[in-house]
Amino acid sequence: MSSSALPNTGPTNGHPAHFVQVKHEDVVVDCNIRELYYGAFKAVRDTRVPIKKNSITAFIGPSGCGKSTVLRCLNRMNDLVRGFRFEGHVRYRGRDIYDATIDPVAVRRFIGMVFQQPNPFATSIFNNVAFGLRLNGFKGDKAAKVEKALRGAALWDEVKDKLTKSGLSLSGGQQQRLCIARAIATEPEVLLMDEPCSALDPIATRKIEELMLELRQKFTIAIVTHNLQQAQRVADYTGFLYVDTTQGGRTGYLVEFNESKPLFDDPRHPHTQQYIRGEFS
Amino acid sequence: MATIPIREESSGVPNPFAGVDFGQLERSLRRPRTLMDFALNLVTTLLTLIALVPLFSVVLLLLWRGGRRLGIVVFTSLPPAPLEPGGGFGNAIVGTLVIVGMATLFSVPFGLLTSVYLAQSNTKVAEGVRFCAKVLTGFPSILAGVFAYGVIVLATGGFSSVAGAVALSVLMLPTIILTSEDAIRMVPSRMREAALGMGATQTQTVWMVLLPTAMPGILTGVMLAVARAAGETAPLIFTALFSNYWLWEHGKANLMQPTASLAVLIYNFAGMPFKNQVELAWAAALVLVLMVLTANLIGQSLSSKQVQQ
Repeated sequence: MSSSALPNTGPTNGHPAHFVQVKHEDVVVDCNIRELYYGAFKAVRDTRVPIKKNSITAFIGPSGCGKSTVLRCLNRMNDLVRGFRFEGHVRYRGRDIYDATIDPVAVRRFIGMVFQQPNPFATSIFNNVAFGLRLNGFKGDKAAKVEKALRGAALWDEVKDKLTKSGLSLSGGQQQRLCIARAIATEPEVLLMDEPCSALDPIATRKIEELMLELRQKFTIAIVTHNLQQAQRVADYTGFLYVDTTQGGRTGYLVEFNESKPLFDDPRHPHTQQYIRGEFS
Repeated sequence: MATIPIREESSGVPNPFAGVDFGQLERSLRRPRTLMDFALNLVTTLLTLIALVPLFSVVLLLLWRGGRRLGIVVFTSLPPAPLEPGGGFGNAIVGTLVIVGMATLFSVPFGLLTSVYLAQSNTKVAEGVRFCAKVLTGFPSILAGVFAYGVIVLATGGFSSVAGAVALSVLMLPTIILTSEDAIRMVPSRMREAALGMGATQTQTVWMVLLPTAMPGILTGVMLAVARAAGETAPLIFTALFSNYWLWEHGKANLMQPTASLAVLIYNFAGMPFKNQVELAWAAALVLVLMVLTANLIGQSLSSKQVQQ
């Protein structure tokens, strides 16, 4: 894999952005956001991120730089926001998921999502995990699938004796793993995780991180995180987004994208260097 | 003043609390804001008790005047003719249950679907519908009776329990719509997002997440509507009228005939110059209040379940 930095033609405050190239056949989701608006507000521009199969791609950057917005673009969760407009494309398996012929509901079946706040439903643990199976009219052995998903989320041993208890009775970390189990029960190809650990304590965070590294073997993961150490620990690739305030608004854009190690050890762009040194947040 | 041992002076470490007056920690009515707090607490408690006086006096009066006639016989027998001793209002209890039950069957499907629509969309149409529902909550109940009279009684050629149910369902509809919409909107948006993020369609999200989660709140609204409808008299005078007989004849129930109800029975009997009828009116009032109270209590207990989530 080449990690040579390519100069970018986009305006990035005098410094060219740096992007690594990923071999095309490995890319599961090719995200290319030229411009993204919420109403009149331009939230993100010039962000092209290739998401590689069976890898973890992290988005880092200061608050308000549009990391979550970019992530939510990848399974059309932004469609739920009023006034959302988008120029560019997000190709999944070669098809633009923003094409008029594509059903966003079907997209989310294959590109699942885990949210910042654990959000189990107010029903039993079993029903939480079986939710996606029911959505898709799964007729086979639900119990086996639920067990497999809970094992996959490293939660089985903790909940196997209380599957009928409410999902809300679990601790925060367990709830988040329950949400991961729910997301992987339908075996999606890509998992999007929007700051999945920010509401959790360090021990629960470590468990989720270990889990992500395990899940990487079966799934492709994209994660937004505020925690630079977390990105360093788990991510194979990292994209750094920054906020451009020169055009009046607060528009996020991708500054640098690279394999995590070179990005953290030897950032090319001055903004990335400053951010990783902790000079602004 | 109580002294609080902080630290042994002999330990050599200076006491960090030296010079702090711990008397400040004690409750004292001499401080103006503590006194104010105490006085306002007293006033609110007192006013609450005063507000409860009418409620409890009505219930006590009902228990005292109505309780005397309460027995098995009033539940099983028909209303007596003037000057006839004994009797009861079994047919009116059945009538109230049937009419309110039918009204619930009519109003819940419409109300629930409307509330789902209102909770899910922010269009001008939704705003209009919500406004109409709010106006309808203050709709004079007698007009609901006139409406059902015009639409059902005149069309079918007679007074009937169905007409009564339609009149009551008009009154129940706004309560069900507005409370259900609130209950659905109270479902945390992260649960909605969770469902949509799993690839659920809008319909699946509503059926599998929003409605089950909001169900306690929705049932509360339905029970409140039921409680209100059960006590209505005016709309029933125009629609179900009254009957001195059971709803069924020869083992067959007939919903298209005039039907007795507790509210109309109370209205009829309370104004009669006969002691027996007046006593029965009091007993019927007590039964009606107990039925409404039960519906309210069920509603309350369901809504407290939702808070726990």
